[in-house]
Amino acid sequence: MTSAGTKATSPVDPDEQRQQRLAVREGVFVGLATAAYGVSFGALSVAAGLDIWQTSFISIVMFSGGSQFALIGVLAAGGAAAGPAAIASAALLGVRNGIYGIRTAPIVGAGLWKRLAAGWITIDESTAVALAQPTPRTRRIGFWVTGLAVFIGWNITTLVGALIGDALGDIRAYGLDAAAAAAFVGLLWPRLKRMQAIAVAIAAMVVAATLTPVFMPGVPVLVAALVAVVVGVFNWWGAPAASGAASTHTRARS
Amino acid sequence: MTLWQIIIGASIAVLALKLAGYLVPPSVLQKPTPARIADLLTVALLAALIAVQTLGNGQALTVDARVPAVIVAAGLFAIKTPFIVVVIVAALVAAGVRALA
Repeated sequence: MTSAGTKATSPVDPDEQRQQRLAVREGVFVGLATAAYGVSFGALSVAAGLDIWQTSFISIVMFSGGSQFALIGVLAAGGAAAGPAAIASAALLGVRNGIYGIRTAPIVGAGLWKRLAAGWITIDESTAVALAQPTPRTRRIGFWVTGLAVFIGWNITTLVGALIGDALGDIRAYGLDAAAAAAFVGLLWPRLKRMQAIAVAIAAMVVAATLTPVFMPGVPVLVAALVAVVVGVFNWWGAPAASGAASTHTRARS
Repeated sequence: MTLWQIIIGASIAVLALKLAGYLVPPSVLQKPTPARIADLLTVALLAALIAVQTLGNGQALTVDARVPAVIVAAGLFAIKTPFIVVVIVAALVAAGVRALA
């Protein structure tokens, strides 16, 4: 059950076969590494006041780590009253998955059900592994293996984390709140290659921290997102004729 | 809004955005401004979430064990430590600081 929809091809040369094995291995490895911190999502979600069903529902349907942590982070701070801001934070952080989809659509190929399944598992990891492969076929294998490995692993560990979280009580004693912040650092780090991104990151941090005591939880993050829109529109600190097709798929992989 | 409404709404929104990507023609990525904003949007949101998750305590700002944990995490990412190792070390740092305090 490696690559749904790969056609049996003509004689495959040994080099191609080796690359396919590498793509599978990389996908499984990234899947295991990513799944490991699903435990912290599960535990934090329960600590934020969600039950085990709600926690698992998020990991199955939303299935995007950054958005999931953003959602429960806002809910933990502001409760259900912060709902609209929590939804907006999760959705805005999920915009990047849509951008990935534009890139991965040609890799996946046509077919409604195949695209629906592919869309569901289009995340940082599956996109990064797919685009790192050398041939169309290995890209397809990398995409599906990574996406499915992360999906299965992430949902199992979410459940484990939710069950453990219920038993743990005060998750702060185990540093799980810091683990969530560290996970965001890991998602951000590979995106800080250019001056413009670094400037936006610093400005967004200052804006979010400054506004935290002023607005209800979730809103400071959304206001900070406006920094990106303003800087992006006017291209401050940007390269003059930079291609817009810059790498949107970077991610600290495993 | 109930908790379930928030969870379902947010989950469907994120899933719909993923699927929408498969309907958009690749030529959109050739336009520099939308692509640049999308890139920077992710950067700004992640940075803002780091600030809030590290310093926020409800609507108050506090400096506690999360700060050293996040600084250690940034240092480890800078020297290309694997993601999961950094996340675990960050948790251990925060737990250790709290146990000692």
